[in-house]
Amino acid sequence: MATDASDMMLVMAARELKDGEVVFVGIGLPNRVCNLARALHAPNLVLIYESGAVGAVPTRVPPSIGDPALVTGSLMVCSMSDIFQLFLQGGKIQVGFLGGAQVDRFGNINTTVVGDYGRPKVRLPGSGGACEIAIHAHRILVTTPLGRRTFPERVDFITSPGHRMHGKPRSFFRHPGAGPVKVITDKGILEPDAETGELILTTVYPGVTVDEVKAGVSWPLAVREHLIVAPAPTSREKEALTRVQAE
Amino acid sequence: MTKTQPARNVVATMSEAISRFVHDDDTVVIEGFTHLICFAAGHEIIRQKKRNLTVARLTPDLVYDQMIAAGCVRKVIFSWAGNPGVGSLHAFRRAVEKGDLEIEEYSHFGMVGRFSAGAAGLPFWPMRNYGGSDLPAVNPNIRTVTCPFTNEVLAAVPALRPDVTIVHAQRADAAGNTQIWGLYGVQKEAAFASRRVVVVVEELVDADVIRSDPNRTLIPGQIVDAVVVEPFGAHPSYVQGYYDRDNFFYQQWDEISRDPKRLDGYLDEYVYGVRDRRQYMAKIPGLEKRLTAQPKICAGVDYGY
Repeated sequence: MATDASDMMLVMAARELKDGEVVFVGIGLPNRVCNLARALHAPNLVLIYESGAVGAVPTRVPPSIGDPALVTGSLMVCSMSDIFQLFLQGGKIQVGFLGGAQVDRFGNINTTVVGDYGRPKVRLPGSGGACEIAIHAHRILVTTPLGRRTFPERVDFITSPGHRMHGKPRSFFRHPGAGPVKVITDKGILEPDAETGELILTTVYPGVTVDEVKAGVSWPLAVREHLIVAPAPTSREKEALTRVQAE
Repeated sequence: MTKTQPARNVVATMSEAISRFVHDDDTVVIEGFTHLICFAAGHEIIRQKKRNLTVARLTPDLVYDQMIAAGCVRKVIFSWAGNPGVGSLHAFRRAVEKGDLEIEEYSHFGMVGRFSAGAAGLPFWPMRNYGGSDLPAVNPNIRTVTCPFTNEVLAAVPALRPDVTIVHAQRADAAGNTQIWGLYGVQKEAAFASRRVVVVVEELVDADVIRSDPNRTLIPGQIVDAVVVEPFGAHPSYVQGYYDRDNFFYQQWDEISRDPKRLDGYLDEYVYGVRDRRQYMAKIPGLEKRLTAQPKICAGVDYGY
């Protein structure tokens, strides 16, 4: 089976998760990423959903983050106050997954509005827990396919802070978490420059050219001197992927 | 002493409860995060043509989309306004894009903080949040406060004190002692923050049942003004142990709500066209069979001493 571009996002994101880590999971792709990682190298991943399910082991792909299957067989069910105060603000979440309609040069994420807030072109759902996850999770993995409209130079609205917000670095706000350490796209991985916080291309997937990635963002994308070509999915990864996708 | 009669009986019909405890211009909360969203109450509010409401919820969900479409709502206080797992809330989105609806927007943590402050009788709730986000720029109620001990600058959100909060639950006794299991979101904080509380349950049980498992009681009868018994009252949301979420309807709503005429047709048939939940259920044959939960009984614990 050939691995298509969105499958590559899954495989690359799953490789970022370590066994035993506590992961704040959303619906859709992050959920599949966690299932893939659990099937491969991280069977002891602890999945936490903002709805209050801790250590969830869903036996069906949850269509929403409040699905009853997240409760049955989980380790703990708690209030959303406990989720945000004790787990997230208390520093107990290692990895947070975020995605968005727009991700900009500094890793800021917009899930609120396209156009002007007062007179929106497109009204999006809003933050949910994303703003505080971006601030508190020890590290953030962003999974979003490339596209010039999805990756503008500046987002129309900063819902979730990245590495530089209106000229101010993350350290100015004393955010406990490291922010988006990797932006995993369908063609390569972007990472923040240690000094400027600007996202630069650090990894391309096999068979992808640098120009293809550059064409998918709206700013002049810098490329790390030692560009990594990610190892192609192994047969074990492909086999687990087929199983997870079939669920 | 092993048995006490409930001190009071606050059982009411949905129609009575909404008519007595929800008024025009009120701030109304129908809480429940995906789980236990009381659509039956939302539909009765629509039928009784309540107007000019400020409605607050973390996730407005289909229930507020329907109330917005029906013209009950002036303002929405929220943190995530989408159709979970499907896409947009179209009535909400149309109203916001046209400028017809006032919004006050937070993140989930911000809304949790607002209810927590309201419940605890505090004027505001502090949190480490919002630094670098544009949310404070569009919501003047997201402010900062300086810690008197460390001088750290924290975010602060104001207490939310709803006029009425409606909570759906598995069971309660006639005095309103309410037990919930599965996801319970911010229902406890929202209920304690509220001036009036209406509980809607799948089953009315004896006080003995409540007393046999007191750790399961989320809302004490002391703060409850009415208990309404309305089986399947959360559909298309779900009740753990009773019925599954109607994910198919959540997808259908995307099509229905895209077209204002179709949406009106839905309200005519399933809200205005029925008197109560029983008639609503009768309109959707096979629903009960399709969604009734498979049992998964827990072992229980020993409360002895």
